Amino acid sequence: MSAAADDAAPVLAQDGPDHWLVYTTGLVLAVVLTATSFWVANTSVLWPPGVPLGLAVLAIAQMGAHLVFFLHMTSAPDNTNHALALAFGVLIVFLVVAGSLWIMADLDGAMLPGGGHMHSHGAAGMAMPMRP
Amino acid sequence: MNIATAIELRQLAHEAPPTPAEDGPASKEIVAGYGFWIFLLSDVVMFSALFASYAVLVHATAGGPVREQLFSQVSVAIETACLLASTYTCGLMSLAVQARRRGAFFVAAAVTFALGSAFLGLELHEFADMAARGATPQRSAFLSAFFALVGCHGLHVAVGLLWLVVMAAQVAVKDFRASVVRRLHCFSLFWHALDVIWVALFSVVYLMGVRA
Repeated sequence: MSAAADDAAPVLAQDGPDHWLVYTTGLVLAVVLTATSFWVANTSVLWPPGVPLGLAVLAIAQMGAHLVFFLHMTSAPDNTNHALALAFGVLIVFLVVAGSLWIMADLDGAMLPGGGHMHSHGAAGMAMPMRP
Repeated sequence: MNIATAIELRQLAHEAPPTPAEDGPASKEIVAGYGFWIFLLSDVVMFSALFASYAVLVHATAGGPVREQLFSQVSVAIETACLLASTYTCGLMSLAVQARRRGAFFVAAAVTFALGSAFLGLELHEFADMAARGATPQRSAFLSAFFALVGCHGLHVAVGLLWLVVMAAQVAVKDFRASVVRRLHCFSLFWHALDVIWVALFSVVYLMGVRA
């Protein structure tokens, strides 16, 4: 490609203040969600077994906010390919994480009784010296 | 809906503004952005494997230090604030690039670099602190998984900082030509994606480990 064409690259059509507002909205939302996450993790007001679930929900909400406000994911037709690729990526991530946890929990349950600490999983659990 | 209406709708759709396919190949900006998006998703899939191994091994401490003893909430909160602020200034940097404003670009790039470096410095300090207390990667499976996951993210941040310096130099020498703008777009995608991964990371690794 010619350098002249490069230099002549048009300034993208955009309305500055609006874009500035998008990033600022994203920042405010992210700060609120992050602060809530830290509060949820440290407070004793909430029912303790529900805390990890609450943290997961907050994290997913914040990742969604980042995708929309920082990475500019939209449902517009010109974004369909991006959305489809993202959906596929999310599927793979879900399969890897949920599948690993499921399989390893299953193997843990199938281990010989007393063959390691209750919370030890997988190879590390077996390689570990026996502990009460 | 009957068949006639369906056909009419189809014809309407064909008369609508030309679809990308009819318009010829997509522009280089779109192709590069999409290709980089695919790379980012593959990177996220790699991180998901590290997350999975961490989640599986988190209790396999082999009698070594456990997470409640190791993680400092304050340090993580500051790191998170640094990275979040840097992702915001990176957004402002993209706006400066779109408006072709050199001064604003260099200011935003410098702030982004400073905040990213602060994040990395704090993380390395945290690692050194853990190592000083005997929590090294070879101590237990939990620590191996921890350093693999958090270290991989830190490595990405370090590469991003290097990339940012290169881009600032390119803007200084070549100005906002199309190829440079394209690379800057990819960089901002990369930097925002790193923050998305950090959100998952501080939630899963640091906050879920406060009380267990």
